[in-house]
Amino acid sequence: MFKVERKPVADLGMDDTAKGLAPERIEKVMRWVLERESDARLRTYVETCIHCGLCSEACHYYLSYKRDPSYAPVSKVRQTLWDILGRKHPADGETVKKYARIAFAECNLCRRCSMYCPFGIDIAYLLALVRRICGLLNVAPQYLQDNTNSHIHTFTQSWVGQDDYVDTLQFLEEELRMDILNARIPLDKTGAEYMYTPHSHEVTFKTHLLANMARILNVAGIDWTMPSTDGWENTNQAMHAGYYETMGMIERKHFEAAFRLKVRRILAGECGHAFRAAVYDGTRWLGWKTPPVPYVSAIQFFYELVRDGRIRIARKIQEPVTVQDPCSFVRNRGLGEMLRYIIRATCEDFREVTPKLEHNYCCCAGGGVINYGPPWKFIRMEGGRIKVRQFRETGAKIVIAPCHSCHKTIEEMSDFYKLGLHVLFANELIVKTMEVPEAMRAVQQKNEGTGGV
Amino acid sequence: MTEKNHWDWDTAEKMVSDVREWRDRFPVVQEFVVSNDGEKVAAVVEQEKQKVAPCVNGKIWGEAYERVWSLKFLPDHRLACAVLRDYEWTVVVDGTPWEETYDFVWNMTFSADGEGIAVNIKKDNGFGVALNGNTWEHRFVETRDLVMSPNGRSTATRVKTKRIATLDIAGFAEKALTVAVDGKAWDSHFLGIWGMTFSSDSASIAAGVKLDHLDFSVAVDGNIWGTSFPGIWEPVFRPGNRDAVAPVKTGKGWTLAINGRLLWEKRFSQVWGQRCSPDGQHIAAVVAPEFGVWTIAVDGLPWEMTFGDAVLFPAFSPDSGRVAAVVKDKDRYTIAVDGIPWKENFDMIWDPVFSPDSRRVAAKARKNGRHMVVVDGRAGQRTFEEMWEPVFSPDGAKMLMRYIEDGKFYRKVVKVEEI
Ligand code: SF4
Ligand code: SF4
Ligand code: SF4
Repeated sequence: MFKVERKPVADLGMDDTAKGLAPERIEKVMRWVLERESDARLRTYVETCIHCGLCSEACHYYLSYKRDPSYAPVSKVRQTLWDILGRKHPADGETVKKYARIAFAECNLCRRCSMYCPFGIDIAYLLALVRRICGLLNVAPQYLQDNTNSHIHTFTQSWVGQDDYVDTLQFLEEELRMDILNARIPLDKTGAEYMYTPHSHEVTFKTHLLANMARILNVAGIDWTMPSTDGWENTNQAMHAGYYETMGMIERKHFEAAFRLKVRRILAGECGHAFRAAVYDGTRWLGWKTPPVPYVSAIQFFYELVRDGRIRIARKIQEPVTVQDPCSFVRNRGLGEMLRYIIRATCEDFREVTPKLEHNYCCCAGGGVINYGPPWKFIRMEGGRIKVRQFRETGAKIVIAPCHSCHKTIEEMSDFYKLGLHVLFANELIVKTMEVPEAMRAVQQKNEGTGGV
Repeated sequence: MTEKNHWDWDTAEKMVSDVREWRDRFPVVQEFVVSNDGEKVAAVVEQEKQKVAPCVNGKIWGEAYERVWSLKFLPDHRLACAVLRDYEWTVVVDGTPWEETYDFVWNMTFSADGEGIAVNIKKDNGFGVALNGNTWEHRFVETRDLVMSPNGRSTATRVKTKRIATLDIAGFAEKALTVAVDGKAWDSHFLGIWGMTFSSDSASIAAGVKLDHLDFSVAVDGNIWGTSFPGIWEPVFRPGNRDAVAPVKTGKGWTLAINGRLLWEKRFSQVWGQRCSPDGQHIAAVVAPEFGVWTIAVDGLPWEMTFGDAVLFPAFSPDSGRVAAVVKDKDRYTIAVDGIPWKENFDMIWDPVFSPDSRRVAAKARKNGRHMVVVDGRAGQRTFEEMWEPVFSPDGAKMLMRYIEDGKFYRKVVKVEEI
C-alpha cells in the first residue's frame, strides 16, 4: 500500500521544548487532562468506536495523501490518545513530540469526519485533548505559542499595543472620510446596537478590511461602536493550543467589553475560529451555554443587510466566482445558504463546489494550522490538494472565503499551484458592488466604484 | 456625597441646551457626555475638516484640534479630553492643556473626587503614565491598562520590562511582565498579569498572575500568595484592610480565596465579579451553581432564583445590607435585588443605583428604542430619546434626571414617587 513519508519539520516550539521533558511531568499533565478534566465524552467515544474506518473518506488529509491509512481520523486517534490511554510506561519527550505533530499538524479540528461516523464520534474533540496535553507541556508550534503569549498579555494574537489600536482606528476614520461624508468609527459609544470585533490583522497589516467594515456600517446606517480597551479582538489561538485558561480569559474580556458598552449584539468579523471560540468552546468553558450577548457573524449580518435592502447592490461581479465554506461558519453553524445568498446577489456567475455546504472540505488551514507559519507551509499545501482540485473543477477565477484562515491559505495555494485565483472576503464583495448613495459621497464627482478594496 | 448637597435640587426642570441646534451649526456632532449635576452637556464637534473641538452647552471650548477623543466630565464637573495638536497629544482640562506633550495618550482615568487625572502615554518609543501632567520618570517597553489609587495620588499600569522579539518563546518564558506603580516596576515578573486593583488605603496593589500553564495566583505588591491554583480571576481588596479576595479554581470547582486560603466552602461551576460591601463585612459574587445557570452568591450563599443568559457584577447598598445586579434571561434584561428580579424586563438596562438610605434601587433602561428610569421595578411614565443614569438626592427623596427630548438636553428634579 502507498505510504506517505512525513517530511521532518524543524520547529523550535516542539523540538527544543520536547528535549528536556521529565517523564513525571508528562505523566502528571496527562493524568490531569484525562482524569480530572475530560468529561464522559472521552470514555463514551473510546468505548463506542468500532474501528470501522467510515470516517476515513471524510478527511481531506487522508484524501490529499492518497488515502494513506495513517491519515485516517481514527488512526490519528489510535496513534495518540489510545496510545496514551493504553501506555504501560511513562512517555518521553520524543513521544510527546510525535503526538504533537499528529494533533497539531495533521488535523484541522474541522469535524467533517464526525458527519461520516455512524456514531457521530467527535474526533476533533479527541485530538484537541491531545493538543491540550502537548500544549500544557509546551510542545506546540512556535508561532502558535507566540500567538498565545501575545493573547495573555495583549488580548490580541499579534502583540497589538493599546495605543496602536486606537491610533489606527482614528486614522482609518480619517481615511474613510475621503470617500464617505462624515464617516465615523465610534469608540466606546454606550448603548449602541452592535459592537464590532475584528481580527487583529485588521488593525495591523490588513487595515483595508476594517475600513471596509466601517464603510458598510456607515452606508447601512447601523448604530455601532468599538471598545477602546482590550477585549476588542476576537481571535483565540489559545483555543487551538489547548490553553483553555487563556481561551476563557480572552472570551470573558470580549463579552465584558460588550456588557460595559451596553450593546445589544456583537458583530464578529470574518474569522471562522474566532466565531467558534466565542460561540462554542470559549463560552462553554466559562460556563455560559450560549454567548451571553448575541454573537452575529459577518455572514449573517451581510445577508440581513442585503435581504432587508439596508444596502443596495449596484453592480455585479462578472467573472466566475466560487466559494469556500469555512467549517466554523458552515458545517458547525449552518450559515452556508446565507453565504450563497450574498454571493448570488453580488455575482453574475456563481459556480458551486462539490461537495458543498456542510460537506465541503476544510481548507487545511483551520484549527490554527495557518498560524504555524512558514515551517508548516507544505503541510497546508499538500493537505489542501483535494481543495485545489475542487476549485479547479469549478473553473472560477474568484473564491469567496469569509474566514481569515481559509482566505490566507487559499491565496497561498493559488500561488503554489499557479491557480490564478483571486480570493475575496465577503466584505470586499459587498464594498465592490454596493451603492454609496449620492448624499453620502465625500467627493461628489467620484461616482464609480467606492475604493477601499 | 456632601458635594451633592450643593447641587440645585429645587429647580424642577431646566432646559440646559438645544443640542439639535448644534447639529445645524456643525457637520458632525459626536456622542454627548453630561456632567453629574446635569448642568452641562458636551460633545466633540467638527467645524470643518481636521478642525474639531469640544462644545459645552453650545459654546466651543478652547481652540480647534486635529483630533479630540475620550471626552469626559470629571466628578467635579470639569471637562477633560485628549487632544492632538501639531502632531502632539496632550490632555486638556476645562480648556487648559497640560504642558507636556506625547506621541499618544489613552486610558484616561480619574479619582472619585476628580483631583487625580491620569493617562497612559507613549513618548519617544517609551511608555509610561502621566498623572496631572507629570510623567513618570521611568519609561517601559510597553504599558497596558491604568488604575488609580482611591486617593488619586498613585497610578499603576501593566508593563513589559524588557524587549522580547516576536517569536522568541524562550525569551518570553524568562518572564518580563509585571506591574509598575508610580514609575517603579515590581521586582517579580510573571508569564501573565492582569486585573490590577488598589487597596482602599491606596498603599497596596494586587493583580492576578500566571506562573505556568496550570499555575495561577495573586501577587500583592509583587509578593505571590503562598498558594497557587489551576485558575484564577481578578482579585479585589476588602475595604478597610489589605485582604485580597479572588475567585480560584479548585479540583472540585470554583470558589473564593482570601490571601491564598479558601474562603467559601461551597464550590461552583463558575465564580467571578466578587465585590465587597462598603463596611467590608460581606462579599457578593457572580456564580454559576451549575453549568449555564447564573446567580449571585452573598457570603457563599447563592440566591434561589437563577438566570440563563448572564448575571453582571453585584452592587452593594451604602448600608452594606442589600445587593443588586443586572440579570439577563432569554435575551431580556432586568435587575434583581436581594434575589428577586423585577417583573418588567427591557431591551437593555444600565447598572443599578441605590438611594443613599439603601431603600430604593433605580436604573436607566431602554425599551423599543426609548429610554426611561425604573425605580424598584416600576418603569417611569415618561420616556426619552436619550438619557443618563438617574442620581438620587442626598436625602433620597428626589431624583435628578438628565435627558434629551425633542433635541433638547434637560435636567429635571422629581420626587421619587412621581417618577
Ligand atoms: S482534519 Fe477534520 S476530518 Fe480530518 S481528522 Fe481532523 S477533524 Fe476529522
Ligand atoms: S467512523 Fe466512527 S466508529 Fe468508525 S472508525 Fe471512525 S470514529 Fe470509529
Ligand atoms: S480555516 Fe476556514 S476551512 Fe479551515 S477550519 Fe477554519 S473556517 Fe474551516
